[in-house]
Amino acid sequence: MDFSRLQNLAMNDNGFIFDPNSGYSYTSNETGIYIMKLLSQGIDKETVREKVLAEYEVSEDNFNSDFEHYMLMLEALGLVEF
Amino acid sequence: MKKAYMAPNIERNSAGNMNKYGAKSVVRHQDNIEGVPINDLVKEYGSPLIVLSEAQMRKRYRRLQDVMQMHYPKVELAWSYKTNYLAAVCSIFHQEGARAEVVSRMEYEMARKLGIEGKDIIFNGPGKSAEALRIAIEEDALIHIDHLDELYLIEKLAKELDTIPQVAIRVNMDTGISPQWSRFGFNYENGEAYRTIQRLLSGKAMNLRGLHTHIGTFILDANAYYWAAKALLELASRIQQDHGIVMEYIDLGGGFASQNTLHSQYTPGEFASPSFDQYAEAIGNAFNESQFVRENLPTLVLETGRALVDEAGYLISSVLGKKNLPTGERAVILDAGVNTAITAWWYKLKVNPTRSFPGAYQNTIFYGPLCMNIDIIRPAVPFPDLHFGDKVLITPAGAYNNTQWMQFIEYRPRILLICETGQVELIREKETLQDVNARERIPEHLRTL
Repeated sequence: MDFSRLQNLAMNDNGFIFDPNSGYSYTSNETGIYIMKLLSQGIDKETVREKVLAEYEVSEDNFNSDFEHYMLMLEALGLVEF
Repeated sequence: MKKAYMAPNIERNSAGNMNKYGAKSVVRHQDNIEGVPINDLVKEYGSPLIVLSEAQMRKRYRRLQDVMQMHYPKVELAWSYKTNYLAAVCSIFHQEGARAEVVSRMEYEMARKLGIEGKDIIFNGPGKSAEALRIAIEEDALIHIDHLDELYLIEKLAKELDTIPQVAIRVNMDTGISPQWSRFGFNYENGEAYRTIQRLLSGKAMNLRGLHTHIGTFILDANAYYWAAKALLELASRIQQDHGIVMEYIDLGGGFASQNTLHSQYTPGEFASPSFDQYAEAIGNAFNESQFVRENLPTLVLETGRALVDEAGYLISSVLGKKNLPTGERAVILDAGVNTAITAWWYKLKVNPTRSFPGAYQNTIFYGPLCMNIDIIRPAVPFPDLHFGDKVLITPAGAYNNTQWMQFIEYRPRILLICETGQVELIREKETLQDVNARERIPEHLRTL
């Protein structure tokens, strides 16, 4: 999985994201930004999963479902490549 | 302590979604109904919960009557029982001065139980039984005749009872809208309505007092009422000329749209549905052009239901769970489904969160608790990430829900009325197993397992 495109994004903590390559902007939420920032630093998915579970009040099963869903959203938007 | 979790979400921003039809849908939260906090209501009465507003009902009734009277002075409203026949709701409209408009023996008995006299009941509907007609004739109700067999039956009962029934003829016609409702009453254009009136008068068994039509439901073109009124007034004029009988009233039925939005409709209901003023203007124009009206000043009767009560009704429902669908949408499972809010099948009901949510929205589909794939309260709507136990407010839900709701795998919920004073009254208790199976009988041989 290639997360290199995430490194070029400008992200702010309020959820606004700008992609200077395409000119598109996006709105995410706190958890979404947290995950994208970790992935853009080259941290692998498993570690991201552990960090989110340690940081937020959520069950592992619930988060796993949401996380996979989120990865599909990022892929559909062309921000990550499988 | 760990932070509160919200499912990660991302959405591409897009400009230009605003157009002449209105703004892009923005999810605003509503945490109270008429000043009463939703959380308090659920805490005390449980979820799901239907809440009705007395103030809204009275306000809309008075508004409709005022607006109609600006265009035509002699107007009477009849409360359409089938729209919402909770005793408390009917009583509000009767206190405002409405007659009762019923379509079955059950509704007729409901009106009588509330103290409405037969003479103040309009008996519509295509399926009146002989027993129901007998009672209605004896009590001088206004019977609106739907078909010839009913006419013959009323004649027969009139002879048996040795009395003169008070009747009107139901008429259907082309009002320029599609579909044309031709199932109620007799057709105007092909002369069937006039021939029926001739037959009725020649029988000399009934007192023909008015003409009625029910052109359809959720009529989004106010002009249809102009053509309906025009046709009935022309027919009334012909009856006067040929038979010397003057129609006391012209009843244009119901059908005014509420601010709900049909699934097939692009423009939201609050922009697309005609206002009371537009309906009143269309009807008023037809009345004011009529020679028959100038000579006789008949009473204009309206049987408006939905447009008076839909916006006064709210359904509070709680989140039982959520899941991510392979389509990319989020699914939320609510504790109220189409068993409670059957109008979800016709309308894009509004679903609002009851607390504020930061962050992005994701397309969300709201399912009910039923084991049916068609139990959808609202298909894809942008929504924040809801959590277990969160409450949503579903509107408008005052019309046709608690009359058409289904007894399917769940007990029906409580219904509250927020009174004009702000006081909360329980007007229908939650069902129990006793309500569901009290009328069942188990054959002897099935009683041992």
